Amino acid sequence: MAVFEVLQYPDPRLKQVSKPVTAFDAALQSFLADLEATMRAGPGSVGIAAPQVNHFFRIAIVDVSSKPNIPQHGCLRLINPEIVQHAGEVKGREGCMSVPDYTGTVVRAQSVRVRAQDADGQCREFDCEGYEARAVQHELDHLDGLLFLDRVVSPRHDLFRRKR
Amino acid sequence: MAEPMKSDNQWHMLTVIGADRPGIVARLTEALFRGGCNLGEASMVRLGGNFSIMLMVQGADAAALERLVRPVTDALGLRLHLDPIHGELHQHIEPNVQVTVYGADRPGIVAQATAALAAAGLNILDLNTDVGGTAERPIYIMLIDGHAVEGVAAVERAIAPLRAGGVEVRVSALDTMIG
Repeated sequence: MAVFEVLQYPDPRLKQVSKPVTAFDAALQSFLADLEATMRAGPGSVGIAAPQVNHFFRIAIVDVSSKPNIPQHGCLRLINPEIVQHAGEVKGREGCMSVPDYTGTVVRAQSVRVRAQDADGQCREFDCEGYEARAVQHELDHLDGLLFLDRVVSPRHDLFRRKR
Repeated sequence: MAEPMKSDNQWHMLTVIGADRPGIVARLTEALFRGGCNLGEASMVRLGGNFSIMLMVQGADAAALERLVRPVTDALGLRLHLDPIHGELHQHIEPNVQVTVYGADRPGIVAQATAALAAAGLNILDLNTDVGGTAERPIYIMLIDGHAVEGVAAVERAIAPLRAGGVEVRVSALDTMIG
């Protein structure tokens, strides 16, 4: 396994939209292993998305199992993921391996249903809530060229941005 | 931000306070930019309707900085203050606890709360307070983000006695999601 170099903002490549995965082959399995190794090499990281390692395909990994006593699904390998349902709004702090030395407050859906293919191309659905749901939303944003910086709100006031 | 044009890398903390009006930040930073200065981290807040800003500035010595900013502050009736500082960028400490204290306003809330927090090993990283409610029945609200060296439970134990004094206290763990 290899640990990839993680792209860091202001690298413009982080702002591009990734393409769907079409081949569920050995190269994908190998990439998933290396992507997971890269996530685990990052200090405290509970998720990673393929574009963070200069690979612009719709692949993300989320694993919040290191956090005690929260609802979670173990290691989620999400290929071509999409959020098909969401509910609630909750604020929380986020950071990112691609944005060192900055954390910010971000409003996310409290719960999401994510539909994705697994490493073999099988369609799966996961109902995620709280911290895991936050991680899923953060990683899926990367696939659309969005960073948490695009969603950060002022921590000083308990205000939600007006819906546009 | 870009490296400053001048060779003087000493950081200063520029503090400006006074009556608020629109455009103060724009005029201050325009003067600094034209003078070849580089800005670091900053915090501007209105306190009781007063403008206040603390702004890290690099690229000129104290006398030169004052020459750049003084015309603006004099024109706007603001007071300015400059201190040389050590500019510690890229070394943020991540808060792991948030403390909210509120109640009917009375003297001593901040002193009592922060004494308890300090004793519990809390390093306050961000603190802001507001006076809300009405003039007749003011309420005091304090929000603190901090790093609890001895853990969140120690903070909760230390600050719990304040509840007997009639203030509401909420301690919650902050767990930053790194993705």
